[in-house]
Amino acid sequence: MRHQWISKSGSRFGGQLLKYGVVTGLAALVTVGALALLLNILERKREAQNPFFRVVELTDDTVDPAVWGKNFPIQYDSYKRTVDQVRTRYGGSEALPRTPTQADPRSVVAQSKLEDDPRLKTLWAGYAFALDTREDRGHAYMLQDATFTGRQARPQPGACLNCHSSVYTAYKKLGDGDIMKGFERFNALPFAEARKLVEHPVACIDCHDPETMQLRITRPAFIEGIRQLKAREGVPDYDVNRMATRQEMRTYVCAQCHVEYYFKGENKRLTFPWTHGIKIEEILAYYDEHGVKDWNHAETGAPVLKAQHPEFELWSQGIHARSGVSCADCHMPYQRVGAFKVSDHHVRSPMLNVHRACQTCHPWPEEELKARVHAIQDRTHQLRDRALDALMDLIADIRAAREAGHDQRGLQEALDYHRKAQFYIDFIEAENSTGFHAPEEAARILAEAIDFCRRGQAALRKLAASGGPTTAALASDEANDL
Amino acid sequence: MSTMRVQTWAGIAVGVMIGVALGTGAYTFLYARGYSYLTDDPDACVNCHIMREQYDAWRHSSHHAVATCNDCHTPEGFVAKWWTKAQNGFWHSYYFTLGTYPDPIRITERNRRVTEEACRKCHADIVHAIEAPAGRAFPARDRLSCVHCHRDVGHMH
Repeated sequence: MRHQWISKSGSRFGGQLLKYGVVTGLAALVTVGALALLLNILERKREAQNPFFRVVELTDDTVDPAVWGKNFPIQYDSYKRTVDQVRTRYGGSEALPRTPTQADPRSVVAQSKLEDDPRLKTLWAGYAFALDTREDRGHAYMLQDATFTGRQARPQPGACLNCHSSVYTAYKKLGDGDIMKGFERFNALPFAEARKLVEHPVACIDCHDPETMQLRITRPAFIEGIRQLKAREGVPDYDVNRMATRQEMRTYVCAQCHVEYYFKGENKRLTFPWTHGIKIEEILAYYDEHGVKDWNHAETGAPVLKAQHPEFELWSQGIHARSGVSCADCHMPYQRVGAFKVSDHHVRSPMLNVHRACQTCHPWPEEELKARVHAIQDRTHQLRDRALDALMDLIADIRAAREAGHDQRGLQEALDYHRKAQFYIDFIEAENSTGFHAPEEAARILAEAIDFCRRGQAALRKLAASGGPTTAALASDEANDL
Repeated sequence: MSTMRVQTWAGIAVGVMIGVALGTGAYTFLYARGYSYLTDDPDACVNCHIMREQYDAWRHSSHHAVATCNDCHTPEGFVAKWWTKAQNGFWHSYYFTLGTYPDPIRITERNRRVTEEACRKCHADIVHAIEAPAGRAFPARDRLSCVHCHRDVGHMH
């Protein structure tokens, strides 16, 4: 009996200890959880107290981004990643190996657009872009690629470096502290001379005030251009650095370079053609008014223009601009790093960062968002293809008419249409979103370009019908076309 | 050692552990301003940094003057409200501590239903005119979603 009682009480005792053990274990788990939470909160609070640590003193002359990077390691880290070469459906770049030469030490380049689409050689016939045009690489390569592009076979002006380098301190040095004066002197230099004054691709100082880190405009061409544009909109004496909102600045800093421009006059002064506005017909009206041409087309003799990456202009016509979405919202979206919210300085295609770039506002699956973008880009690209074909036909017809003996005066109307169509097509071709920045506007521009080609051909037909020197020749050409 | 003494020591050990858990929990609660979560003050929702964007956007939104976070993100009724608060409090602590959550953050299905109901709570007159009567023939999941179109009334993003 007694023996039985002991074993019973013993097992009850063991059961009790087991219960104690379980409760202790649970209490330990709760403690671990609470401590983990506590430490996490502690860490975040600490981070939030000091948005950055001033390790080095930055001045308005500190060009080297690595020095800025000591104070802002997170931003600098992402800035450095613009070296990445990733392909998107219609843009981005592939890293193609090449054998470095004495003249061009690059061991990696992007793919050639000219090889990809030989029509571009005809489009730019007689101009340096027909020598070498490649897909654009990230910001990290801008200086290198401008220095060693095959286009350097023709003398290039120093003005290229207004945007292909961190040029702010060079302006200051040349202008004895006055960037406007420095800008004028810089433009007038030949490329090789100007190249000696710059060292880095676009860097922190080009967009940020070293004291406050606020965004600021450092490019005189934009300061002048936006003043003209605002004056036209009814805002006199617009001073962008004083009057732009923070959200506008998140677009304007990019628009200092991602715009259509030309080099004005003997001094090659970088100028934005914005006095009539920034829609394509307004830009062309400016060029016509000022008699601007980039070169005479080698096959037709038309005084043509090269459009250059008009991202700001096309974006301005689109729904994102209208909704107040800035360049940085999609190309440098905010990211969370601990308690910090920082702009991703790895500037790149939003298609490579859909969840941050798009899904912040559009809560649909990534695949759906990509499909929407690709639908726009596929359509734009198809239209661009047709427009290029139409232009190739017009160029061939003008050349035939010229060979048949028609002179400049007789061809004038067709040449005017060539100039227009060429600029319209190039505007979308050179723009880096394949229509996405403003789909309807891109389609309108390409449709009008096709119409210009049609009208140009109609003018040639009229010329032939009017009994010029070559009615027979043109008629036989047409018969061949049919 | 007698059974009694073992039991006593074990009891003390358990007591200490529970005490440590309670103490750490209480301190964390105070340090994290846990008490602020017992209020309806929207500032409590940005104690941590995760919802700063939503909070900032709410301050600019059309509903800023008429609704706080809890008006839309907790259901009606004492039990339902505090159960929702407790649930969200736990999962927020859990995921934000471990860092395993998608960024930008996404509302969960349950919380989305809560906000849907909140729209209907205040805008009943309009919604009744639009919507089919509730019931077996029209299950809740087939109803129109208010926030599908009016996403940005509370806060963009």
